[in-house]
Amino acid sequence: MTYLRDAAALARKDLLLELRGKETVPAMVLFVVAVFVAFRFALPQGQERAAGGLLWVAIVLTALLGLVRAFVPEREQGVLDALVLAPCDRSAIWLGKVLSVLAFLLIAEAAALPLFALFFEPVDAATVAAVLLANVGLSAIGALLAAMAVAGRAREVLLPLMFLPLAVPVVIGGVGATVTDDPARYLGFLALYDGIFAILAWATFEYVVTE
Amino acid sequence: MPLAFAALVLLGGGLGLALLWIGELEGFAAGGIFFVHVPVALSAYALLVWGAWKALRLLWTRDERYDLESYTGIHVGLIFALLTLVTGSIWARAEWGVWWDWRDRQLVTFLILFLFYSAYFMLRYSLEQGPARARISAVYALFGVVLIPVSFLAVRLAEQFLHRTPLIRAGRPDIEGTVLGVFGVCFAGALALAASMYAIELAGKRLDARLQEAR
Repeated sequence: MTYLRDAAALARKDLLLELRGKETVPAMVLFVVAVFVAFRFALPQGQERAAGGLLWVAIVLTALLGLVRAFVPEREQGVLDALVLAPCDRSAIWLGKVLSVLAFLLIAEAAALPLFALFFEPVDAATVAAVLLANVGLSAIGALLAAMAVAGRAREVLLPLMFLPLAVPVVIGGVGATVTDDPARYLGFLALYDGIFAILAWATFEYVVTE
Repeated sequence: MPLAFAALVLLGGGLGLALLWIGELEGFAAGGIFFVHVPVALSAYALLVWGAWKALRLLWTRDERYDLESYTGIHVGLIFALLTLVTGSIWARAEWGVWWDWRDRQLVTFLILFLFYSAYFMLRYSLEQGPARARISAVYALFGVVLIPVSFLAVRLAEQFLHRTPLIRAGRPDIEGTVLGVFGVCFAGALALAASMYAIELAGKRLDARLQEAR
C-alpha cells in the first residue's frame, strides 16, 4: 500500500506543478488541434478515409510533446537524486510519472477526440477503447525513455528518435482498431503491448535512475 | 583470425555452390540473393539477441565488462541489419521489379528495428562515460530485443488493413535437399563472419578503452 501511496504522491506533485505552471497540458491541446488543421490540408479530395490513420499519428506526436518535458523539472532542480535516495521503491518514481503523463494525455484527448469528430468523422467506441489502451503503453514506455533522455546531453532530440520506432506497433494497433471491422484483435494486441512494455519498464527503471 | 578465414571459405563456398546450381534452382530465390539475404538477416537477429543477453548479464551482475560486449553485439548487429535491408531491397528488385515493397514483412520489421537501434548510438554518445551509461544502454538493448517479436507481430497485423495479400517470397516455404545444404553452408558462413567481426570490433573497443584509461 505504501508503494501505491508513494506513486500517487509523486503523480499528485506533477499535477499540482502543472496546475500552477500550466506548461504542458495547454501546449498539448493546442498542438493536437494544430496537427489536425495541418492534416486537413494533407488530405486531398477522396483521401478523407485516411483521417482515421492520421488521428493516431496526432496522438503519438502529442504524447511525445508531453513527454519531452516530463523529467526536466526533476533533473534541473536535482530532485531526481533526492527521489532516488528517498526510502521508497524506485519503480514508484516511474509509476508516479506514468500516472501524471497518463492524466495529461487524457485531458488532451478529451479535447482532441470531439474536435476530430467535428472536423473529420465520428469516433466509435472501438476507437475510444483503443485510445485508452494505447495511452497506457505510450505512458509506460514514454516515462522510461524520458528518464533516459534527460540523463544525456541531447535530450530533446533523443527522445523522439527512441520513442517513435517503439510507438510504431501502437500506431498499427490503433489504426487497425479504428478502420477495420474486427477491432477485437487489435485491441488485444494493444493490451498485449501494454502488458509487455509496462512490465519491462517497471522492472528496468531502477537501473536508469541510479548513479 | 581462424574465424574470419572460416567465414571467407564458407561464404565463398556456399555462394559458389549456389551459383553452380542456379540452373537447378530455377525460379528459386531470384538469382541467389536468397543465400545472402536470409543468412545475413538471421545473423543480425543473433547479434542483437547476443547484445541484449550481455546487457541482461550487466544488469544482473553489475560487471562492467559486459557493457563493451553488449555494445559490440549491437554495433555489428546494426551493420548486419543494414546489410539485410540492402540485400532485401536487391531481392525485391529481382523478384518484383521494385526496390521497396511495404508488403514485405521481414523488410518492414527490419526497418523499424534499424531505426530503433540507430537511436541506441545517439543515446550512448549523449551520455557521460561511466556505470550510468552502461546501465541505461543495457536497458535500451533489452527493449530492442523485446521490440523484435512485437514489431513483427504488428507488421503482420497491419497487413489486414494495408493490403489483403501479403507477399510470400518464392521458395521460402519448401526448402529441401541440396538447397537446404547450400543454405546451411551460407548460414554458417554468415554466422562466422558475424562472430569474427564481433571479435575484431570487441578487441578494438577494448584497446580504445584501455588507451583512454592510460591517458
